[in-house]
Amino acid sequence: MTTPPPAAEPSATPPPAAEQDGQDSSGRSFGDNLRRAIQENTLTVIFLALVSATIIGGLLTAFTNTTVLNAWGHFFSSPGNAIGQAWDAAFGTYWALFEGSIINPHTVSALFQQASLATAVHDGFLSAVFNPLSETAVQATPLILTGLAVALPYQAGLFNIGGQSQFIGGAIMAAWLGYAYNMPFFVHVVVCVIGAFVGGAALGWLAGEIKARTGAHEVIVTIMLNYVMLYFLAYVLSSHSLMEAPGGSDSITLPITSNAHLPLLAGTHLRINAGFLIALAAALAVWWLLNRTTTGFEFRSIGANASASRVAGMNVERNWTRVMTIGGGLAGLAAATVILGTDFTLNPQSYGTYGIDAITVALLGLGRPGGVVAAGLLFGALHAGSPGMQVATGTPVQIVQVIQALIVLFVAAPPLVRTIYRVRAARARGVSTTMSKGWNA
Amino acid sequence: MTTPASAERLPVLLSPGPSGSAAARFGGRFAAAITYVAFGLVNILVFGLHAHGSATFSFTPEFAKVSVPNLTLPAAVTSYVCGAVTLALAVARALDVLGVVRLGQVWRRVTVGAVLFLFIIALLAWADGGQTISFNVVNLLSGTLDDSIPIMLGALTGVICSRSGVINIAIEGQLLLGAFCAAIATSVSGSLWLGVLCGALAGSLVAVILAVFAIAYRVDQVVLGVVLNTLILGLTGYLYNALMTGQYSNTLNNPATFNPVKIPLLGDIPIIGPVFFDSSVFLYITYIVLAGVQFGLARTRWGLRTRAIGEHPEAADTVGIRVIAMRYQNVILAGLIAGIGGAYFTIGSVGSFGIDMSSGEGYIALAAMIFGRYTPFGAIGAALVFGFTTQLQSILSSINVPIQSNLLLLTPYVVTIIVVAGLVGKVRGPRAEGVPFIKS
Repeated sequence: MTTPPPAAEPSATPPPAAEQDGQDSSGRSFGDNLRRAIQENTLTVIFLALVSATIIGGLLTAFTNTTVLNAWGHFFSSPGNAIGQAWDAAFGTYWALFEGSIINPHTVSALFQQASLATAVHDGFLSAVFNPLSETAVQATPLILTGLAVALPYQAGLFNIGGQSQFIGGAIMAAWLGYAYNMPFFVHVVVCVIGAFVGGAALGWLAGEIKARTGAHEVIVTIMLNYVMLYFLAYVLSSHSLMEAPGGSDSITLPITSNAHLPLLAGTHLRINAGFLIALAAALAVWWLLNRTTTGFEFRSIGANASASRVAGMNVERNWTRVMTIGGGLAGLAAATVILGTDFTLNPQSYGTYGIDAITVALLGLGRPGGVVAAGLLFGALHAGSPGMQVATGTPVQIVQVIQALIVLFVAAPPLVRTIYRVRAARARGVSTTMSKGWNA
Repeated sequence: MTTPASAERLPVLLSPGPSGSAAARFGGRFAAAITYVAFGLVNILVFGLHAHGSATFSFTPEFAKVSVPNLTLPAAVTSYVCGAVTLALAVARALDVLGVVRLGQVWRRVTVGAVLFLFIIALLAWADGGQTISFNVVNLLSGTLDDSIPIMLGALTGVICSRSGVINIAIEGQLLLGAFCAAIATSVSGSLWLGVLCGALAGSLVAVILAVFAIAYRVDQVVLGVVLNTLILGLTGYLYNALMTGQYSNTLNNPATFNPVKIPLLGDIPIIGPVFFDSSVFLYITYIVLAGVQFGLARTRWGLRTRAIGEHPEAADTVGIRVIAMRYQNVILAGLIAGIGGAYFTIGSVGSFGIDMSSGEGYIALAAMIFGRYTPFGAIGAALVFGFTTQLQSILSSINVPIQSNLLLLTPYVVTIIVVAGLVGKVRGPRAEGVPFIKS
């Protein structure tokens, strides 16, 4: 950044007020966006961030591997062996990730050894080929939804770290409606999904309302709400009179009735379910909301410059509450896809690491719905591949978290990446995270 | 002035928002009194009515030279008295708002403390009433201090960073990396003090990354802190699994721990001695750091400059303070403190390192800093509130008190939201906090 940022700091989608080329952003097609992104070096920066994170992750894998370390102990006697071992360890890890998330050649060759297609389908060989992709979609689903839950408020200038609390809110509602009631097939699952949306939205609304009414910073409020909900979940699961399954003492709910399960999309062998479609639909809806409605225009305008928007007659506080409510609802939907799509029960750990992962997804996706889908799929693939990778190569699964955080760290600081790779900045414009907004703003 | 915050500083143009409704104003003015009434009613209706027998409090740890006699109180009566006094304080606060009585700022704060104190007394009387085991107050207090060490040190780090104008959400990461590095250093070298040093350096390593990205690359500091925490959580988890388990667990993750040190004379004072002066070395480090930060911020040239670059960096720059250099220096120095706090997790208490060992205490430290109004003593006090709840929960569950431990554990977070929301007085952070300085 050679020039000081202008008073209205450009956020992910350029604000209408700060539109430099006079083009109305709402009329821009995907192609235009892509072209702009390339011109601004944004895509180059993301690509280089991915490369850098991959390289660092590979080095980390190689140099914590005992075989490699032993080989490097004899570096001066056999340097080739040492370098070879390091390469093998890093490459093996990434290859195992690929096999677990995209396609595994062994399953493909097994498929072609079958006598006929009919037996292959019947015996599940075809499913085995598509299993990695299915797992990637399953893992990506809650990441996309929670990513949207961070990305949408981000457009309005709010940083929602409360994905975890909103997820728990949605999960409690989804699980409760799912096991405690009996409804007809289609109705039940729809009710549960809507209930989860409401549960998440309630938590989002709370954070937004506190921010709007008192000006308390949403980051602190949402962090505190995360802990409140974490203990609240443990509380409702610790008592038989609340949600713990009768007769059990393992702090989980009764299983969700099968009518409330999200329908599977590709046969009983694959876990991919309608939750993935919900995620894609939600991304589309968020895009539509942001780019085609007055509300979305107000969100982006407030994100760009809250004071100017207020002067222009927008109700900033009401929009904060609104955007947090919708964001919370999206996190609640993520909970629905997990509880009703794969877990079918609620336990004190159901919230996983979605709250934190969501932030990385939203940042890598530059706060845009399409970007969030892409980032969610990428991180979903890493998550899908990591258990198999740990089994095959002994590399701990946490490498995925490291790579994820490194990617986002590089994406967040375009000047750093440009410095490392000597990429010239086409225009002095950073990615959305280079946003110098204060705590008290 | 080229920072975007400049627009936020035009109060004339900005309407206060919808919060100005009559109901909100009424609630705001009487919030404290209403809260007191709630506490008083809980004391009487929940604790008083359900208490039975008498509660015994003991004030003497095991093996103490001087013993203090136990205090036995009738549980129900104690709760009623606490409730009645709390209600009286509520009336006083209400009269204060109406202008009948004038309480000063100091006395208002004293009433807050008194209400909380009475609430705890009533709670303990109810909990221990009818129990055969006496409730050891000294254990509760010294446990509170020990539990709070990482939160206290983390909060002090936050205070220095914030007062310098840098938001530090990476306290969590600093604690975790400090714990990790201290465990490895002590395991390998066998030296506890080397462990403390490595923990401190690890904390400031995180601070270096934070400072470079926040100050040089002007990345949004809230986002940056969260990402750094994720990175360190992943990295330490990865290294733990890759290096510290299996064949290496004895060589890399088996550190010695500090023994409690009793300060001569002071440690023998009844009640106060065992609580404050017979504890881990880390607690004494905390005292020194607290005194240092308080004195430094309030009484030295460094403190004045630090506050200046946090409130109005442009003005500070005009009088010749090197804002950027000073921010780097302060953030990195503060990192040392959080790193020591992290070292407490491993070589101060448990010994071996575990994944996500800090379990969110860095975020609690952040809350404590805001709770404590960005002042060293305030932050320490707030950190102690959090530590006290955790400790109280573990003691109450160990004597089988029928209380929902999860609900008890979530109270400090609710209280923090209430505090941050300004219901108990407005918290105002340093003005330039989180706003990068661009020298023009």
